[in-house]
Amino acid sequence: MADWKDQVEEIVFPGKISVPYFWTVGSTLSKWYVQMRDDGEIWGNRCPECGKVYVPPKIKCIDCYQDMNDWVKLPGTGTVETYTVVRYHEPTLHPKKPPFVYGVIKMDGADTGMVHFIDGVKPDKVKVGMRVEAVMAKERSGNILDIKHFRPIP
Amino acid sequence: MGQRVGIIGVGQTHHAAHRLDASGNEIIAEAVSRALDDAQLAMDDIDAIVIGNMDHFENINYVDMWATDGLGSCMKPVFKVTTGGTTGTTVGACAYYHAASGVFDVVLAVGWEKNSESDTQAAIATCANPVLERDPFAGAIGPLATEYSMYMKAYGATEEDAALVAIRDRNNALNNPYAHNRMKVTVEDVMNSPMLSYPVKFLDMCPRSDGACAVIFAGESKAKKLCDRPAWVHYSIVRHDYTHFGDLEWQWMPTLERASAQAYKKCGISNPLKEFDVAELYLPCSTTGVKWMDSLWFCDKGGAPKLIRSGATNMDGILPINPSGGVIATNPIGATALIRVGEAAWQIMGRAGDRQVPRVKKALATGFGGCSWTDLFVLGADLP
Ligand SMILES: [Zn+2]
Repeated sequence: MADWKDQVEEIVFPGKISVPYFWTVGSTLSKWYVQMRDDGEIWGNRCPECGKVYVPPKIKCIDCYQDMNDWVKLPGTGTVETYTVVRYHEPTLHPKKPPFVYGVIKMDGADTGMVHFIDGVKPDKVKVGMRVEAVMAKERSGNILDIKHFRPIP
Repeated sequence: MGQRVGIIGVGQTHHAAHRLDASGNEIIAEAVSRALDDAQLAMDDIDAIVIGNMDHFENINYVDMWATDGLGSCMKPVFKVTTGGTTGTTVGACAYYHAASGVFDVVLAVGWEKNSESDTQAAIATCANPVLERDPFAGAIGPLATEYSMYMKAYGATEEDAALVAIRDRNNALNNPYAHNRMKVTVEDVMNSPMLSYPVKFLDMCPRSDGACAVIFAGESKAKKLCDRPAWVHYSIVRHDYTHFGDLEWQWMPTLERASAQAYKKCGISNPLKEFDVAELYLPCSTTGVKWMDSLWFCDKGGAPKLIRSGATNMDGILPINPSGGVIATNPIGATALIRVGEAAWQIMGRAGDRQVPRVKKALATGFGGCSWTDLFVLGADLP
């Protein structure tokens, strides 16, 4: 190393990027969220070619690249495919305080899983294969937290 | 070189300041679906996909992950490319190289941007070196204004010369149903529009748009089978420079000069103004439509004002430039340069609608970005 480098006072600039953002939800997901917000219902969309039902809805069928104009109302029930119990605290990432459970719920009437919270049950009582139902938030504003969580079907 | 490559399909969205009806995923699907329709192909025919945008404009990383359904990329090889303003042409170049290699036969190139989702200037500023240049020189307008000031001083170019370019491109956009800004303007309108950064005024400068473009490249035998008049890629070149803004040659545009010189040499073009039938150029500001004519060898150094004043680059001139309305009419940044390639290809394929230039056999398309980078395509109706 050159001698002069021993003498340098190293400077680091602090930075914070302040850029406002908006995310266009788009026609497909806007329709989905409005149905959830106004009617408390969860819908999926179905591929006209292979019949696969997606929830949340897709722009195009992942397998067939077909337009998805066929909407189906789902019962809001499903089965826990897999889950984890979160025990670390990361408030910028998760809106819930630990311990809490999230996982993948295979929705009845659909071919895909939905990720969401599983609550209304002690974390250590959650099981793969458990039957669950969506609990809608009382105040809904058209976003993913309009579904408060999924809870076991009593 | 593996195989010769032709463009066999082009699709683009209807571009707008705010496409509130469509997410990023949905504008991608719109462009891709239209390109497939244009080429009369299905997604199964696509062997590989190259996509690009600038994540800092939307604050969502990895479009290649979250737009899988709109892009049609599930279980296909996908490559994400980002090079600033040149992204669209770099995506195109990358797709071309994929097909030319012979490893892939039919390659889909997609550029997109939802510039309505952020403050474009603030997002662009995040590209500038934060330790040296972000505070005093960041953003898109200042550097372009600065280079034209120097050109005006050196060669007697005027603000009115730039305004002539502005009205050429803006009025051409009236013939393009996909263009974002479609308004009839006069030199007076441009001169009276608000000063942004001397000598650049509001109507000299590109807007920011929401939009996407998709272009399908195919190897020679596939291209001949699938398309009756492909736009053959004669040459594709990428040139970068810049360490600090102060290092750049402000009076010239070295990357454009070098890229075009090499392309013309490789393609046997000695008089580009005469030999090209149309040019779709990434001119982000009307001032560049004056100054960069020198660097494209359309005239001698300092000859651009005379060239522009002569009307040689108007729709009825010897080399119509930007029949689509160009970048100052439409600017979804990650798509902008690919639109140049797509529009140039459509001109050769005879699919440019009301903006079609008659009998196009050779077309030039450029991309500008990063900082003073150039990507360039030469397309032709004949096999290279
Ligand atoms: Zn399907």
